[in-house]
Amino acid sequence: MGAVMTRTDKGNGEKRFAIGRFPGFATTSWLFLLYLYVPIVLLIIFSFNSSRSATIWHGFSLEWYLKAFANDDVQRAAINSLIVAFSATAVGTVVAVFAALVLARGGRFRGRGVSYGILMLPMTMPEIVTAVATLSFFTALHLEIGLGRVVLAHTVFCIPFAFLPIRARLQGMGTTLEQAAHDLYADEWRTFRHITLPLLMPGIISGAMLSFIISIDDFIITLMVAPAGSTTLPLYIYGMVRMGVTPEVNALSTVMLAISLLFVSMSYLIGRKTKSGRKPKAPTP
Amino acid sequence: MRILQNASTRRALGLAPALGIIGIFMVVPIAIIIVFSFMKANPYGGVTPQFSLEAYIQFLFERNLMDKLVFNSAYLRIFGRSFVLALVTTVLCLLIGFPTAYYMSRQPPRRKNLMVFLVTIPFWTNLLIRAYCWILLLRDTGLINNFLIKIGLIHEPLTMLYTNFAIFLGLVYTHIPFMVLPIYARVEKLDFSLFEAAHDLYASRRQLMRHVILPLAMPGVIAGSLLVFVPCLGDFIIPNLLGGGKHLMIGSLIQLQFGGSRNWPFGSAVALILMAIVLLAMMVYVWGPGRKMRLEGES
Repeated sequence: MGAVMTRTDKGNGEKRFAIGRFPGFATTSWLFLLYLYVPIVLLIIFSFNSSRSATIWHGFSLEWYLKAFANDDVQRAAINSLIVAFSATAVGTVVAVFAALVLARGGRFRGRGVSYGILMLPMTMPEIVTAVATLSFFTALHLEIGLGRVVLAHTVFCIPFAFLPIRARLQGMGTTLEQAAHDLYADEWRTFRHITLPLLMPGIISGAMLSFIISIDDFIITLMVAPAGSTTLPLYIYGMVRMGVTPEVNALSTVMLAISLLFVSMSYLIGRKTKSGRKPKAPTP
Repeated sequence: MRILQNASTRRALGLAPALGIIGIFMVVPIAIIIVFSFMKANPYGGVTPQFSLEAYIQFLFERNLMDKLVFNSAYLRIFGRSFVLALVTTVLCLLIGFPTAYYMSRQPPRRKNLMVFLVTIPFWTNLLIRAYCWILLLRDTGLINNFLIKIGLIHEPLTMLYTNFAIFLGLVYTHIPFMVLPIYARVEKLDFSLFEAAHDLYASRRQLMRHVILPLAMPGVIAGSLLVFVPCLGDFIIPNLLGGGKHLMIGSLIQLQFGGSRNWPFGSAVALILMAIVLLAMMVYVWGPGRKMRLEGES
């Protein structure tokens, strides 16, 4: 460090910074962030529009939110979405904890790579392939279990999303405290209950939240698998979007956006508090 | 509890629920569509349990009036179209994503984290909603046209929705976080002293990029390209919603076979061909040219 001396009057840090600087990169980045957020922000603004038209601003109003919430179909779809997301998240997270404990703490063993590959399979497979395969499976077995189909299909892809943050947390937290507990004659169960589990909690919560969002936002798999009468919110929104742009869709979409934002931010904040600072990232094959 | 003392039993018990669920509800279903793809279609949906290669033959040939097989490129063209669409999207994502990822990695820590967070958020929001945002902006009476007419720049609305422009805008919009994040993860770890060394050796900016940064960032670029290309290839929501569904994509072709036009064996065969392409791409990633560099990078 500090080997490079400044050649200008500016501070050393700034000069070092200028070496790897490329013209246009900063502009590209900020334009990119605008591109990413302007559409979302406009959607949110226009969800509070009082006009019947979805794209001409008249004045502030909560009318469309009230209309959307009062709609029976929306309520049913929202309840279905919540049932599916809660069930799939609960099951997915619990099994992911066990899998993560084995894969992060179980040492090297035969079948480790294959197990990891299978766990990541739902993330790497194109969604449409998973969707039609799951539909074929349910049809071949004549499994007419209504919303249960959606729950099962969602549980599958929730597992890897819950698994990754939990494993990252396990890898980051080390085993010192567990060894200390062991030295103090805590048996295995008590070590797990009082040391491992509390330390692992941020990872578990973070993983559960990500599973929840992935489930509540899922569209393609739900579209193929859900039988009539098991409409979820994304399916309902899709039906409305195909009919055209309405202020109700703006309001509903904003609610869904808000849920996602809330959960990701919380997951991020909980994950950031951990020393390892590993954040769940986009899936990698 | 005695049985739990055995390490391998414990491992098996720990992994069993997760692998069991994925195995039964994902691996078995894929095996089922493999079987389906070798069966005859039932005109009322589903399959007739009779061995047949019809689904795979149908992909390349059609029967003419004399019941002879004639080469039919219709489905290959659909694959070609999806391929081109995914490829162009990948290149566009790379052109915007690389400078962004690089710029992010050179920011002070606080801003760096904030920017990563900002890039990650859209990934966690609903795909439909992100597409819908663009419908709101692009349609004839959309926000952009309204604005341009209001300030008097144009008098007739520009047709933007249901064009190729809209499709690419939407595809890049929904997939670009997958490009930025892996490149960022890679560039962020680069040793700055290499840049200084290049600078001291009188490398121009261009040479620094060409001979130092790009080669080192390559594993991230490859990973990002794959993460954009693969989902794009199977995507049909954006082409349907923003492109008006004027042209069939692989994804919509598969979906249609299980819905309206009902040829499950053919749908299964197309799904398996898509899956094979994806697996091939993965294998190239795992064992291909990037491998050596990744290993070096990790050591």
